[in-house]
Amino acid sequence: MAKSLVAEFTKGLWKEVPPFRLVLGLCPTLGVTTSMKNGIGMGLATTFVLVCSNILVALLRKVIPSKVRIACFIIIIATFVIVVEQLMQAYAYTLFIDLGVFIPLIVVNCIVLGRAEAFASKNGVVFSTADGLGIGIGYTCALAVLGAIRELLGTGGLKGDVFGLLPYSFPNLFGASFEPFGFAVQAPGAFVALGLMLCAMNLIPSK
Amino acid sequence: MEYIELIIATIFVNNILLAQFLGNCPFLGTSKKMETAAGMGMAVIFVLVMAGVMTWIIYEWLLVPYKLEFLRTIAFILVIASLVQFVEMFLKKSIPALYAGLGIFLPLITTNCAVFGVCVLNIDKEYNFLQSLVASFGYAAGFGLALVLFAGVRERILLARVPKPLQDTSIALVTAGIFSLSFYAFRGMV
Repeated sequence: MAKSLVAEFTKGLWKEVPPFRLVLGLCPTLGVTTSMKNGIGMGLATTFVLVCSNILVALLRKVIPSKVRIACFIIIIATFVIVVEQLMQAYAYTLFIDLGVFIPLIVVNCIVLGRAEAFASKNGVVFSTADGLGIGIGYTCALAVLGAIRELLGTGGLKGDVFGLLPYSFPNLFGASFEPFGFAVQAPGAFVALGLMLCAMNLIPSK
Repeated sequence: MEYIELIIATIFVNNILLAQFLGNCPFLGTSKKMETAAGMGMAVIFVLVMAGVMTWIIYEWLLVPYKLEFLRTIAFILVIASLVQFVEMFLKKSIPALYAGLGIFLPLITTNCAVFGVCVLNIDKEYNFLQSLVASFGYAAGFGLALVLFAGVRERILLARVPKPLQDTSIALVTAGIFSLSFYAFRGMV
């Protein structure tokens, strides 16, 4: 019991990292990863929605008729997206502005609906929570790594904070003579960086 | 003149796939064959224009007067989902040829973030009714254009010898990057 619970949690961290292994949820992956800060913020907001909707779907899985389940899932997810929108407007306003249209777009993120349909509607509350947390944290890490790579190449350093807490700042990691590679933080750089990261993941054999 | 500018801006300069990063899942998923890409592009143009107009009306005439703006997300997703369902039923009954052509792409559109994203963008940019109609069409046409062009390139990639770790999605993304770079050239036009 305990062992498989750990397994449900850890599978999202490596084996099924959403944007790389499953190629889901690409839009925010490409759109918000201009910096590590935005990547982490987006990842955590998605994780919140993912965990909450997984819990509620798992609780209601015996009540929801299977014919209208997709509509019900979407309403549950949309409710939590509104909660996140309101919370971020109140407590993390600059991040909310930076992420812009991508916050309401969590509602059509295939990862969230995919986990509700594939996992939470068939499993208990505890397992669904573990699954949501694992996938969510894996997604956050993926966004943070991609954001960090693009920010490093594009500006030469890392600077920001996590929801106003935990500030970090590493300017000029490559030395003063480094010429920032502006391509990396602009739109085309997102596609190329993600493509090359997928390539790197393919080079590492999965067990 | 203002509307021509808006159309050029939405199709080329702010291309929804390559500059705004919306609707990338179908972009990579349905671009393997030219036929599916064209079908998806048509379906998106059709639904996006209707959804853009409908959500604008609902937002301005229903949500704003009653101060319910915060319910936007849930209202829009419901409108889009039921609109897609309705369009599907209507086409099946009255224009079966078009229905057969669009086929499985219609239901897929509900979860296409391009549709939802444009509806939200129209509101965020405070467009009036005609502007959001034109912008919705422009974004949708840009989506179709990029998708069809990209499908043409991807059909050629199949013939090339690609290194193993780069195959499939990876090379597609790098190609999309080069595509996006070429659309960058339109910047400064408007």
